[in-house]
Amino acid sequence: MTPASLLPKNLISKSFKVTGRQVLPGFALSLGISLLFISLVLLLPLSGLLVQTAGMSWADYWAVVTDSRVMASYQVTLLMALGASLLNGLVGLLLAWVLVRYTFPGKRLIDALVDLPFALPTAVAGITLATLFSAQGWYGQGLAKLGIQVAYTPLGILIAMLFTSLPFVVRNVQPVMEDLNSGDEEAALSLGANDWTVFRRVIFPALWPALVMGVVLSFIRSLGEFGAVIFIAGNMPYLSEVTSLMIFVRLQEFDYAAASAIASVILMASLVLLFAVNIWQTRYLKRLKGSQ
Amino acid sequence: MSNHKTSLSKVSHQQRIGDQPWLRRLLIGLAFLLVGSLLVVPLIAIFAQALSAGLNIFWVNLSDKYTLHAIGLTLLVAALTVPLNLVFGVFLAWLVTRFEFPGRRILMTLIDIPFAVSPVVAGLMYLLLYGSNSWVGSWLMDHDLQLMFAWPGIVMVTVFITCPFVARELIPLMQQQGSSEEEAALSLGASGWQMFRRVTLPNIKWALLYGVVLTNARAVGEFGAVSVVSGNIRGETNTLPLHVELLYQDYNLVGAFTSATLLAALALLTLVVKTFLEWRQQQSAS
Repeated sequence: MTPASLLPKNLISKSFKVTGRQVLPGFALSLGISLLFISLVLLLPLSGLLVQTAGMSWADYWAVVTDSRVMASYQVTLLMALGASLLNGLVGLLLAWVLVRYTFPGKRLIDALVDLPFALPTAVAGITLATLFSAQGWYGQGLAKLGIQVAYTPLGILIAMLFTSLPFVVRNVQPVMEDLNSGDEEAALSLGANDWTVFRRVIFPALWPALVMGVVLSFIRSLGEFGAVIFIAGNMPYLSEVTSLMIFVRLQEFDYAAASAIASVILMASLVLLFAVNIWQTRYLKRLKGSQ
Repeated sequence: MSNHKTSLSKVSHQQRIGDQPWLRRLLIGLAFLLVGSLLVVPLIAIFAQALSAGLNIFWVNLSDKYTLHAIGLTLLVAALTVPLNLVFGVFLAWLVTRFEFPGRRILMTLIDIPFAVSPVVAGLMYLLLYGSNSWVGSWLMDHDLQLMFAWPGIVMVTVFITCPFVARELIPLMQQQGSSEEEAALSLGASGWQMFRRVTLPNIKWALLYGVVLTNARAVGEFGAVSVVSGNIRGETNTLPLHVELLYQDYNLVGAFTSATLLAALALLTLVVKTFLEWRQQQSAS
């Protein structure tokens, strides 16, 4: 089990023992500090956004969030985030498989490098990818000969999203793969199943919840990604502007109301997705346990 | 990462799938190709670009007065953010892993919000609340306090963005460990503080340190949220990532990548420390 991967640990909440209520000290103090902190740092600013948005009339709100340039930004953001997170599902599954099932020189190095996108500031990732994929860049030169342009197109947005959310699937799938029951696999093999059938019928169903969780997390991250994307996207209106950039554009026009209206849309989308996937995963795991 | 499932026994029938030499080689090769092209090449490109005009220019860029100011401000932000989130993270983890109370699950979900919120939205929320357009902001202005477009605002959004990291590292570990050792310490007459210092802290120190390293990495590198509330004033409210952006927009590629090498070096250091801490935790667990 990886003791400390970089992000959500929703899968590790296995056994929670009800512990002494009055036995251990510090309940009032830790409750007080936690509530104060969460209220001041998280909830108060969140309410500021709600108040600002609630102050708009429904017609104004609707006009801002369905403005044609903003609609184009939803489209490109959603499509590229979807593409990036699905690609991440494949890449992440492959990397997790290789890291868990095989021993080879350089394995620790690969394992450590997987977290680079979380450790590297997004602005640095952004200028680096933009330079690599530009017409004179190391990758851009070769791709230009094939007639493919990545920098300053939606494809560049996809690459940036792919990079920044790369660790999510690997780090969600890896611990589950390590804890797989090897007996099931052996039994299926001894009953005459071929490799592909064993993977599809025995291994994949056990990995599925973690895989979906990883893909959804990388989708959420991609929806909101800003720093890595804006440098490579070219930010052409109607073509390669992501939604978080639209918020930024409205802010620079000092149109706070419009900025908050657009922000409320992506905020709701991310929160609904986050809660939905958490609930789905809890239910799926319960069913999985119940059937055993 | 341990690979404890590797079977050493030589049994005639097949026990695991995917062990055919050709498949093994193909998949490992693909993994190297992907990690190489997506992660290693970009990392090399950062340093190559920074040094492309020679070591001299690299040093000149690095000792530029605006770069030095950006480094200083970035360190200040991290120095204020990390301790604050460290204290909060420990209290929250203690609360949700040692006590059962109504609303516990809601608290654990709330703490995930910064992971789901786009950094730009996070910055905007703070701007709306404390900016000159709000009543809080105008009250602050009457008292000559400026939070937005100044360093306090940068610290505030960074605290928001990085507040889950420590708690997120501690909660699964503390749940796994349970509280029996702490209860034993108390029954032997330890005070609350003694119990925390002698029993809890030694048990969680590696995870805690790792949470701090992650908080620090994100605090230093945050871009989206900070750029909304900073105002990007050179030599005043420019953090290192914002400085990278400014230089890049000025078409000063070598300068931008020079500042970027500092951030990339910190990222690499973070990965090294992470690997070390994971190894230590595995040692202390076994």
